[in-house]
Amino acid sequence: MLARMLDSDIWHSFRSSRTTVVAAAVTIVMVLAAVLAPWITPQNPWDPGALQLIDAFNPPVWSKDGSWQFVLGTDDQGRDMFSAILYGLRVSLTVGFLAVLFAMALGIAVGLIAGYVGGVTETIIMRLADVQLTFPTILIALMIDGVTRAMLPADLHNRIAVFVLVFAIGISNWVQYARTVRASTLVEKRKEYVQAARVIGLHPALIMLKHVLPNVMGPVLVIATVGLAVAILTEATLSFLGVGVPPTAPSLGTLIRIGNNFLFSGEWWIVIFPGITLAVLVLAVNLLGDWLRDALNPKLR
Amino acid sequence: MIAYIIERVIQSLLVLVVVALVSFAVFQFVGDPVQQMIGQDTTPEDVARMRRNLGLDEPFLVQFARFMGNVLQGDFGVSLRTVRPVNELIAERLPATLELSGMAALFALVFAIPLGVFTGLKPQHWLSRAFLALSLVGISLPTFLIGILLILVFGVILGWLPTFGRGDVTRIGFWTTGLMSVSGWKSIILPAVTLGLFQLTLIMRLVRSEMLEVLRTDYIKFARARGLTNRAVHFGHALKNTLIPVITITGLQLGGIIAFAIITETVFQWPGMGLLFLQAVQFADIPVMSTYLLLIALFFVGINLIVDLLYYLVDPRLRADRNALERGV
Amino acid sequence: MFTQSLSRIGLYALTTAVPVALVAAAPAAAKTLKWASQGDLNSADQYMRNQTLSLSIMSNVYEGLIRRNPATLAIEPNLAEKWEIVEPTRWRFHLRKGVKFHDGKPFTADDVVFSADRARSKGSDIKGRLPGVKEVKKVDDYTVDFVTEKPNPILHVEWATWGMYSKGWSIDNKSTEVVDPTKGEAPNFATTNANGTGPFKLKSREADVKTVFEANPDWWGKKNFPNSNVTEVIFTPIKSAPTRVAALLSGEIDFMEPVPVQDIDRINNNKGTRVISSPETRVVYFGFDHHRDELLYSSVKGKNPFKDKRVRQAFLHAIDIEAIKTKVMRNMAAPSAMMIGKGIHGWSADFKRLPYDPNKAKQLLAEAGYPNGFEVQLDCPNDRYVNDEPICQATVGMLQRIGVKVNLVTKSNTVLFGEYQKMETSFFMLGWAPGSYDSWNPMQFLHRTVPTGPDGKSIPSCCNYGRYSNKAFDALVDKIGQETDQKKRDELIKQAWTISIDDVAYIPLHQQAIAWAARDSVAKLEPHAGNEFLWWYVQMK
Repeated sequence: MLARMLDSDIWHSFRSSRTTVVAAAVTIVMVLAAVLAPWITPQNPWDPGALQLIDAFNPPVWSKDGSWQFVLGTDDQGRDMFSAILYGLRVSLTVGFLAVLFAMALGIAVGLIAGYVGGVTETIIMRLADVQLTFPTILIALMIDGVTRAMLPADLHNRIAVFVLVFAIGISNWVQYARTVRASTLVEKRKEYVQAARVIGLHPALIMLKHVLPNVMGPVLVIATVGLAVAILTEATLSFLGVGVPPTAPSLGTLIRIGNNFLFSGEWWIVIFPGITLAVLVLAVNLLGDWLRDALNPKLR
Repeated sequence: MIAYIIERVIQSLLVLVVVALVSFAVFQFVGDPVQQMIGQDTTPEDVARMRRNLGLDEPFLVQFARFMGNVLQGDFGVSLRTVRPVNELIAERLPATLELSGMAALFALVFAIPLGVFTGLKPQHWLSRAFLALSLVGISLPTFLIGILLILVFGVILGWLPTFGRGDVTRIGFWTTGLMSVSGWKSIILPAVTLGLFQLTLIMRLVRSEMLEVLRTDYIKFARARGLTNRAVHFGHALKNTLIPVITITGLQLGGIIAFAIITETVFQWPGMGLLFLQAVQFADIPVMSTYLLLIALFFVGINLIVDLLYYLVDPRLRADRNALERGV
Repeated sequence: MFTQSLSRIGLYALTTAVPVALVAAAPAAAKTLKWASQGDLNSADQYMRNQTLSLSIMSNVYEGLIRRNPATLAIEPNLAEKWEIVEPTRWRFHLRKGVKFHDGKPFTADDVVFSADRARSKGSDIKGRLPGVKEVKKVDDYTVDFVTEKPNPILHVEWATWGMYSKGWSIDNKSTEVVDPTKGEAPNFATTNANGTGPFKLKSREADVKTVFEANPDWWGKKNFPNSNVTEVIFTPIKSAPTRVAALLSGEIDFMEPVPVQDIDRINNNKGTRVISSPETRVVYFGFDHHRDELLYSSVKGKNPFKDKRVRQAFLHAIDIEAIKTKVMRNMAAPSAMMIGKGIHGWSADFKRLPYDPNKAKQLLAEAGYPNGFEVQLDCPNDRYVNDEPICQATVGMLQRIGVKVNLVTKSNTVLFGEYQKMETSFFMLGWAPGSYDSWNPMQFLHRTVPTGPDGKSIPSCCNYGRYSNKAFDALVDKIGQETDQKKRDELIKQAWTISIDDVAYIPLHQQAIAWAARDSVAKLEPHAGNEFLWWYVQMK
């Protein structure tokens, strides 16, 4: 399947767009930095015992009082900003990828069922999808997070905060996958092999999945890429509003929330560096999504 | 056609009932209101009495029926935090949010359409490329970060614009407006720009791609062949044809604007429903939360219904298209 | 009903009040004081919530029998001109004559009796203002007796924030009861309207948005404050600290509190704004669950590590209070060895904190049987005290270094303090500022053994949430509550504090500083160690 995706046309289109190459490079570097964070950061910013309060509010290295020990400065707890940003990237990307995978799996399953079963099931699912599509991601995620917060003990909620976010963001993004898959399923349903499968005793749905998937691979990939950017932004926003991950294991959004308190007092680096990192990451992913959409849909430019 | 309308209205009502049921169940059972009310001197008898007073000892469906009955009469209970009837609070906050959302949408449209047309007509122009690049940056910056940066630049460093609240508001009947005073106009600029920026980029890109699409059609080629001026072709024919999807999407985006108002209102302390909702979440103020959920559902389902009906009424061909699109034919 | 009465007032204003008001207002220019705080007024009913911000805002409207001088905190006559203790259990108060409520009714002894009943009624949160008062008796129109069960030398010390209600007005408006809508009760007229005798009248209230007050031109105390010139006060809650700072810097408001400690320099360096700071009497502290046999939130099973004094000492040794002071509080705090701050009667510099000494802490933990430490949850508010959450985060790191793994849970105080009241916490942060400015209050409310009911369970009571219990201490508290000889009483107070500190009943952190900020439009104001902003002391340019 992947081989089909990467046929020469697309590869050529990729190479001829300098912006896209840069975006891809930036994304790869950020993913690598996040994955390798424990080995390349000077400090584990999530280990409270490693933080020394006395190191708090160190400016970046090029400032008057900066030091090479903390290249991008430290936050209010003496946390090295460079390390914190890399670990924050880990949260952003983990939540982003898992949420997209979850939404994708859910959307594909639901879309397949809706398209295959049809009738009342289909109407109910698609009506639900219509309605949910009008509810913005952030609102749904906020509500799910709020409900789980009320249901779980606070300490447990802190421990599984990342999964709550994945669930909340994933749940609010399944619709587009479902719509695409359903549409494709409806086309496939009429084809002869479905009947044939039934004859040889295989479950038709399984067979269809095998045939539907290649057809929807392109659009799903586009939705997923854009969805990744949306998921990362949603996580950052929830953490900014103070309902995301706990402050002892900060994500980029949490760092920005903390830094926002020090914006007027001159400690700009606490908000600016995570802000730039977040914006660059989302921009790179968006650029990739943009390119992918155009490359897979020759009608648009 | 009437059958279609009735079907859609019934479906929408069903959706509303489901949302009401969910929000009722969630708030009645997840956040036990009695648990929240227990004070330092509450005895078990008090707890039992409170449960009785609130009707919590009755069967679920009975409770739900009473809840719906109260809601239909406009009685949403009393806010636990602000000590006032929720419908009063909402009525007070609604104008602020609608005014902000309206201004944000207006801001988005006023800038997005010309920019979209320009980038569509001259896709290779360096300005077009710049606008497109900027629009991607706009999509990639989180709303709260934009708000913070605008406050820093225009509120604190330059000191041109206010950074919180609505300024002086005038009361006209049940409505309050900030648009009758200079301070009100100044106050709405930063939040409206923050809120509208995302929609601006979205609509601009939409107009652009629609323009590109339309300009390729035979209809336009024919118009050119008739010897019409570029101007007449572009604005008389091409733009007109792009407007229907643009207006539809903008309508649907209104929901998004109102939801993102939660963040904008938080950053700018704008006294609207979003701020009320977020504070309610933090304080576990259940009556306010469930009312907000219901109102938003009503609003979104309403918009969806109107868009559906407009599709049908304005252009049956479009409705066929929409269905076809969904079916993937 | 609300709108009806409004329109009636409106009509009245059109026919008669407007010309009068115009004439009266003409000579003095209108001075509007706009200010913001991080929280909102809970209710216009002063009796509904015993919380500093609400009490202090409404004390501009409702006046007590006494008041506190903001500079010296000395008790001064207010609605009572003088008082005497006629017998050990009978206090006599002589009321000021010629005082009128905002609605024009005269203030008399009946109103005091009524207010005492109302303050002790079921929904009132300020029942503690009248501890052990058996009877409040009208002697004549301007004399009232308070009869107590036992001698009480500090009967009246918290009365500055017990405002006098008009009996007639309360009855007319069906507001004789204090209702608390957070307990599911319907609001009444007094939750949104006010009628005091004070220098300001409540004009309009939009919860969360703004509350407007106007000067009371007929205030009896006006002549004592000739420089007081505020004619209108607009109060706005702005929760977000950066927004609050921005609003002050850009001139949208004249005054705000609290100032985030990191922004003090910026506000002082900015032309036209200044920070006014003074130590607050509030002490911020950590508390332990002393009572349960197994902690609710800990890795230690079958026993409660906090019952071992060495563990509590270890925690105290582990906290680097100087680092918290310089880095988190930016020197806007005074580390405290006691559960009361400087300025509270009974405070003494003789008491010293255990020094910061992580090695000693580890050693103590090992002696107590926890050489590898243990795990415990720390509950912490995130919107109540100056930098509450960062202090807790820093503490997590410091305890980690002696081997104790702390799981930090932060919540809004409105939610969290509810859990405290149910005593559902193992290790928690709280702050305390006695409104009486006397040691007895924190001894009684934070240390005295929590009573148990017939079923053997604790009866929840304010605010010994960790259920510290020490028989010797309890006996001292009772004596202090009744001892009328000042010298003997002071000796008892010292003994009691020695027990509290030796026992490490709590870990006091520091007295945070009050940080107010004002624009130059506010020419003069009076700082207040109880963090009350009194508008009649304000002089505007």
